Amino acid sequence: MLRLPPFRYHRPTSLAGALSLKGEFGSDAMYVAGGTDLIPNMKHRLFEPDHLIALKGVPELVGIGERDGHLRIGASVTLADVAASEAVRSRFPALAEAAAHVAGPQLRNSGTLGGNVCLDTRCTYYNQTAFWRGALGYCLKKDGDVCHVTKVGKKCVAAHSADTPPVLMTLDAVVVLAGPGGERRVSLADFFVADGILNTQREPDEVLTEILIPLDSATRRQGYAKLRQRKSIDFPLLTVAVAVGLEGDRVQSLDGVVTGLGARPRRLTGWQEIAEGRALDDGLVEELAERAHKQCHPLENIIVDPDWRRAMVAVYVKRALAKARAA
Amino acid sequence: MSDNGRNRRSDLRLIGSPQRKIEGLAKSTGRAVYTDDLDFAGMLHGKILRSPHPHARIVSIDTAAAEALEGVHAVITGADMPTRYGIIPWTPDEYPLCLDRVRYIGDGVAAVAALDEDTALAALELIDVEYEELPPFFDPRAAAEADGSTPYVHEAKKEGRNGNVTKMVHLEFGEVDKRMDASDVVVEGDYFFEGTTHAPIEPHCAIGLWDGVGRLTVWSATQVPHYLHRELARVLELDQADVRVLQPLVGGAFGGKSEPFDLEFCVAKLSMITGRPVKILYTREEVFYSHRGRHPFHMRYRTGATADGRLTSVDAEILLDGGAYASFGLVTTYYSGQLLCAPYEMPAYRFDSTRVYTNKPACGPKRGHGSVQPRFAFEIQLDKLAERVGLDPIEFRRRNFIGEDTRTVNELRITSNGFLECLDAVQRASGWNRKFRSMPFGRGVGVAGSTYISGTNYPIYPNEMPQSAVQMQIDRSGRVAVFSGASEIGQGCDSVVAYIAAEELGVPLEWVRVLRGDTDFTPVDLGAYSSRVTFMLGNAAIDAASKLRALVQDAVAEQWDVGASSVLLADGWAVWAPDTSRRLPIAEAFNLAEAKFGTLGSTGWYNTPKDVHGEYRGGTIGASPAYSFTAHVAEVDVDVETGFVEVKKIWVAHDCGRALNPVLVEGQMEGSAYMGFGEAIMEEQVFKDADHGREGLHNAPSLLDYRIPTSLDTPELESLIVESIDPEGPYGAKEAGEGPLHPSIPAIANAIYDAIGVRMDRLPFTPSNVWRSIRDARVAGSLVKPDGPQVKATAPAEEPIHAD
Repeated sequence: MLRLPPFRYHRPTSLAGALSLKGEFGSDAMYVAGGTDLIPNMKHRLFEPDHLIALKGVPELVGIGERDGHLRIGASVTLADVAASEAVRSRFPALAEAAAHVAGPQLRNSGTLGGNVCLDTRCTYYNQTAFWRGALGYCLKKDGDVCHVTKVGKKCVAAHSADTPPVLMTLDAVVVLAGPGGERRVSLADFFVADGILNTQREPDEVLTEILIPLDSATRRQGYAKLRQRKSIDFPLLTVAVAVGLEGDRVQSLDGVVTGLGARPRRLTGWQEIAEGRALDDGLVEELAERAHKQCHPLENIIVDPDWRRAMVAVYVKRALAKARAA
Repeated sequence: MSDNGRNRRSDLRLIGSPQRKIEGLAKSTGRAVYTDDLDFAGMLHGKILRSPHPHARIVSIDTAAAEALEGVHAVITGADMPTRYGIIPWTPDEYPLCLDRVRYIGDGVAAVAALDEDTALAALELIDVEYEELPPFFDPRAAAEADGSTPYVHEAKKEGRNGNVTKMVHLEFGEVDKRMDASDVVVEGDYFFEGTTHAPIEPHCAIGLWDGVGRLTVWSATQVPHYLHRELARVLELDQADVRVLQPLVGGAFGGKSEPFDLEFCVAKLSMITGRPVKILYTREEVFYSHRGRHPFHMRYRTGATADGRLTSVDAEILLDGGAYASFGLVTTYYSGQLLCAPYEMPAYRFDSTRVYTNKPACGPKRGHGSVQPRFAFEIQLDKLAERVGLDPIEFRRRNFIGEDTRTVNELRITSNGFLECLDAVQRASGWNRKFRSMPFGRGVGVAGSTYISGTNYPIYPNEMPQSAVQMQIDRSGRVAVFSGASEIGQGCDSVVAYIAAEELGVPLEWVRVLRGDTDFTPVDLGAYSSRVTFMLGNAAIDAASKLRALVQDAVAEQWDVGASSVLLADGWAVWAPDTSRRLPIAEAFNLAEAKFGTLGSTGWYNTPKDVHGEYRGGTIGASPAYSFTAHVAEVDVDVETGFVEVKKIWVAHDCGRALNPVLVEGQMEGSAYMGFGEAIMEEQVFKDADHGREGLHNAPSLLDYRIPTSLDTPELESLIVESIDPEGPYGAKEAGEGPLHPSIPAIANAIYDAIGVRMDRLPFTPSNVWRSIRDARVAGSLVKPDGPQVKATAPAEEPIHAD
């Protein structure tokens, strides 16, 4: 079995306590919630913090409820609980479905929604053991200076691989970040940046405390489709989330987000212009799929055939839209 | 009919009925003890330093800093054990730790024993190895064509030879070219079987304990305690009598633990140096590097038939990508051709097989050793031939049935053969006649058949001694103690000897104790491989138990003043057959025997019959005392938009001779079909190339990225047991653990063809590979449901056929 590097485990009982510990230990410390992403990464020596600050005992991060016209989901709510929550399922079925598609049952019982939103990017040259990466000669994201995917350039293209953010983006969700200087709200649409090394706007000392979804978004018809080779466990090879606002049978608003490509989820462009005012029929779906296909270029950051994954963009956009139509 | 009267028994009471595994409760409640569960006072933990280069000369190793680290008790390198070993006596090409050359990324070069794992890992980082990199070989064709301008993976044994070639086999039976030329139809095809690994749940683990006065004990998660025993003694220069190997319960092996590995030598040597017990547990990554899994096969087949669908001639050319070491490769090379000659009559057959070394983890035996790959290609060839001659593929296979009590074209002796019943069973159960070529586009069914050995007729190292043995004791309490030499890897051989002891001696199953896997106290059995254990151990157990039964019958008969043969031992009683009210509790019967004969013990053993093989060089390889037969029908649903193949169901009919415990047989059938399904649909042990990071680096040595099917992916599996009652097997039993894997893969390939008209001649059938084939077919205009055959399959008999 791979060994964990040694670390000290802290379990604060308040958000202030967590932030204070982080202030004390600085870059020697990392936050951990469910640990399903961080702990394997630590075993791979991708992170070797001296201190882990557990967020599971922080009361500010728990619970699902309504607040100020939003559905508020605490960041430490497990993916299993998100998937099972009636409050989520009745309004945001695509989010429940996405949560239910993360990893396998045991991991969903531990992994959290906040953790999924903050999931580290993944790459075939990165998510490997220390020995393997040493034999490779390391990579840009960790310990090296070469990107083995692009072979040129200094930009890490590790893949955003989380299942729930695309759905949250189509629902106009906002995340709340708490840091030593107070709280700030960031729209999920702006949360991710195109840098595989650190792909979110969260500062290392900030805690993602809650996810807010406007209740109004519940009127949108949602669709979610995940491409993976097995029916459980696997990270997405591609995830497509769509949300359609209809007036009568006419499209009023249309959002599509694809991930499993580069360092951040890609919001599909040009969709609104094509679709606005039209009926969501087969012809429109074909046009939208074609438009998505043109924009999405899977890389070999994931070890599965990029040509096939590219072709699947159109197929999975159609499947996500079909679910939205049936919703 | 075979002369199997001895085994056509109707008096069996426990054999043939569902029974628990004797260790089942301990396993399901977490009380079972595996090697890593063992802990000893003062135990040290070892780690192995592995090569980051695929091919390199070791210039120097400096271990001084590692040795100086606090908590480190010993550091060893190849120089500490400079003796070559190898599971096949003719191809010893490995050192416990590399001596002067590393041959794949992951090859072991040094080992450390320290107070704990973290200290051992820290010490590895302090070992300074200077390498001189050598040009590596990855492509088997390039390895086969190498001219010696760069160093071969191994030195050539003779000047002027290509050292990259492990083994070449060229065998020809009958007039291949003449019959091929005279054939009405000839089908030719190129096939590729990607390498796969075993992925047992339990990683390899070993503990060494040197007692300080000359005796070595090694506990190991091995399939072959006996061969490990021999090799430990040889490499460590100890008398075999001073080496003891113990095999705790094993958490899956599938062929991946059937030879000695570096960790077993290292724990032994480190314990000899430190005087303390030393444990090494592989990481999952190390399990992938130790490998010994299925060889990638590049295959070309030409197969001829008459217009009425009778095989005329088969011609095969096979290139095996062996990886860095020979392992069982000599046998694999023979098996790649030798095991294809049933269940179909082949008038003429030639195969030309070459195994080469490459700078990748060594390939070896995996469930269905050496014959799963050619069976994949050949059963697709048959499907193509059947279509060409207008015959339903089941009918085609029936027409070419080799029969029982016969010899194959390569002179292997076939006795019992239930293949036709297997075909009938899957045809009937799957609804074949209404489905084949008749389901909607995208849905299809495919059939395939196969055969497999029930043990190798000849041991790995030539000798005339028994292949398997047990010792049995009974005493006045009624308890039966069995000392079994066999290797329990989860397949149930401890249970099988217990069932046999209980059956023969008439005691309740709970009164039988099995002590197994301790070379100091149990007789020699050669190990769990080649589907030999139930067959050979079962016969040994019957031998031992029936000797004791005779003593008990004799003693009771004397007491009752009746003939010994009229005394039956069953269900906890000694019973007089003519009047079953005359009876004695079995323990009292044992008392009578113990009083009459003294302390009661017996040995039993089994050795294979002679003259079951061909009289030519290599003719003994592939020979078995009996062969199992299997037929599968797979039903698939292909998504032509994505390339996903959903296998809906596999019907698995297997002739296991007699099911000693039908539950265990069904478990083996389902497990085999599952494993074949995984290899068909998703598994691949592959490596990075020069365009992807670093050539020769394992693609991803983890169970996240080496995908094996989850329970959600697994199709429904229906097991259909066929019992042909073999004349040689215990109560007529034959193997069930490997044969039922073979047809899964070609049956799925043939079902894909039935569904969408696309041939999948390369494995695996991952969605991306299938999608590419569909794309090509769409361009070629061949993405259509194939036409049905002119001659449909005759309907099978309505009722299952049982041989007795």
